[in-house]
Amino acid sequence: MTAPALELRGLSKKFPIRVGGRLLPRYAEHVAVDGVSLVVPTNRIVGLVGESGSGKTTTGLMAMRLIEPTSGQILIDGKDISRLGHAELKPFRRQMQVVFQDSYSALDPMMTLAQIVAEPLHIHGLMTARAQTEAALGWLERVGLDRSYGQRYPHELSGGQRQRVAIARALILRPSVLVADEPTSALDVSVKAQIINLLQDLQEEMGLSILFISHDLSVVRSLTDTVVVMHRGRVVEQAPTEAIFLESRHPYTRSLLDAIPVLHPRDRRRRTFQSAETIATGIPRLSARDLAAPAMPSATPQLVTVTPDHRVEAIVTA
Amino acid sequence: MNLVDISELTVSFRQHEGLVQAVRGISLRVDAGESVGIVGESGSGKSVTCMAMLRLLREPPARITAGKFEIAGTDILRADNRTLASLRGRVAAMVFQDPMTAFDPVFTIGHQIIETIRTHRNVSKAEARAEAESLLRRVEIKQAKDVLGYYPHQLSGGMLQRAMIAMALSCRPQILLADEPTTALDVTIQAQILQLIKELQAEFGMSLIMVTHDLGVIAETVDRVVVMYGGRVMEQGPVEAIFDDPRHPYTQALLRSIPGHAGGRRRLTEIKGASPNPANPPTGCPFHPRCAAAESACRESMPVMVAVGARHDAACWRLQ
Repeated sequence: MTAPALELRGLSKKFPIRVGGRLLPRYAEHVAVDGVSLVVPTNRIVGLVGESGSGKTTTGLMAMRLIEPTSGQILIDGKDISRLGHAELKPFRRQMQVVFQDSYSALDPMMTLAQIVAEPLHIHGLMTARAQTEAALGWLERVGLDRSYGQRYPHELSGGQRQRVAIARALILRPSVLVADEPTSALDVSVKAQIINLLQDLQEEMGLSILFISHDLSVVRSLTDTVVVMHRGRVVEQAPTEAIFLESRHPYTRSLLDAIPVLHPRDRRRRTFQSAETIATGIPRLSARDLAAPAMPSATPQLVTVTPDHRVEAIVTA
Repeated sequence: MNLVDISELTVSFRQHEGLVQAVRGISLRVDAGESVGIVGESGSGKSVTCMAMLRLLREPPARITAGKFEIAGTDILRADNRTLASLRGRVAAMVFQDPMTAFDPVFTIGHQIIETIRTHRNVSKAEARAEAESLLRRVEIKQAKDVLGYYPHQLSGGMLQRAMIAMALSCRPQILLADEPTTALDVTIQAQILQLIKELQAEFGMSLIMVTHDLGVIAETVDRVVVMYGGRVMEQGPVEAIFDDPRHPYTQALLRSIPGHAGGRRRLTEIKGASPNPANPPTGCPFHPRCAAAESACRESMPVMVAVGARHDAACWRLQ
């Protein structure tokens, strides 16, 4: 069996927060991400969903080593990159790229689009300057922009066009892993579908593995193969996309699904919303005998395997 | 009588590129107690229409013209500042997208709600305070008494949006204008706020004007829909008719582009091209450059609204 394109093992991030004392500050730890493990198999799209503050963006940034994890491992093609220094990491940077939500702040306003898209080639010392520009123009075409856009600047573009440029820049190095952090949430409805389709097509053509971070569950359903649900820094459920939508086991996942707006006015309903406490008390209790993988009985919730590809946070009883 | 009666409204902005026409001759009528959704993408003119209704745009650079522009019988274009000030809040109140910038960061939530109440109504400070507390309770803020003493930064986005709704309700307006009230919020909070707005609308007997880019919000909340594109109204009608039998190619394309709830990975239906640039709008129908059914007439002039069903109109040359 080949190693997955990206694997996170027990990844945690603690941020110090000042709790008092301006002159002699005291710090407490805020655990933003708490022992997250997930796998992005080669040639698959994995959705990472959760609300703001769930730790999904922090997880994505750690996977790219853009912020340093407090503990845990990051594996790219089976190789642990979590302790590599700057120089050793550089070859791996070619394999992992990222697209952010806000395309306006992600693109340097002083550079032309051709320069922006060619910059990764320049940084990694690939190709001659002429070939770099040619490759950049080719990528602009590939993401649906005319070659003439090469001479333009980011402020001349619409949000959707800027996001296309960000995707071209991310993919010009032919990475194996792409982290896309809410790439469509700032876009208009009609343009959102264009960007989702573009990602879908490029993923298939290039055999890319994508970690797609989003709070938009309808987009996640039409784009991803697997979904990982995060809540308060922890993974609470993880399963093939359709299993999440049809057979979710965790109360938090269900509350997310229940909040999706209806598609037609005739489906309107009164919703009852769950508080954090009812979610906490609704965590499933499963017998160790019913699990697909061994787990120790414990009063604290743990992520357990209910079927080979469905994991859920549960309290395990004997 | 229509609570809102607007015809031939145009709003333009003088900018260094020239005159930018954000709203290009729209008509809008809203009955008492009715809920109307204005749906459109960025640049469609939906928010500008909403701001113009309360004359919240700075004039100049904005310039507003209208054939008729009445809210609760008041001519908005000719009203003086005093009339407008008493209209805002008392007749029509607004809930904005970003509650963090809508509240003043240096005053407490309580101070701002009490100030609003006392500006419009002749009540004592203690009475206003009691009312502010009961309003916060009504919008399901549990520690209402404590929250009165909080500053905006001490509340989450969802809580702040509830507080802003409480403030909007404090003068018992006849119309609640909500401009993308849930766009900045998480999905679960969005569903809670939408449900709250619907309940309050029924309870207070208000009209609701919901401005949004999200057809899901429309499907959840309103009775009637106005679809805007490029500063014009493309189609309007009862919400069921818009979802079941959209007649304008833009509305049809918009509905098809929603990801939907079908299972399995698949391509979405996209609308090719980009929204028009308001500084340089296309001639004729603003949607024609992206419309699969465009004919030569579409490039030449804007079609008029024609009835396509009961209270259901659309502006498309193919329906003339």
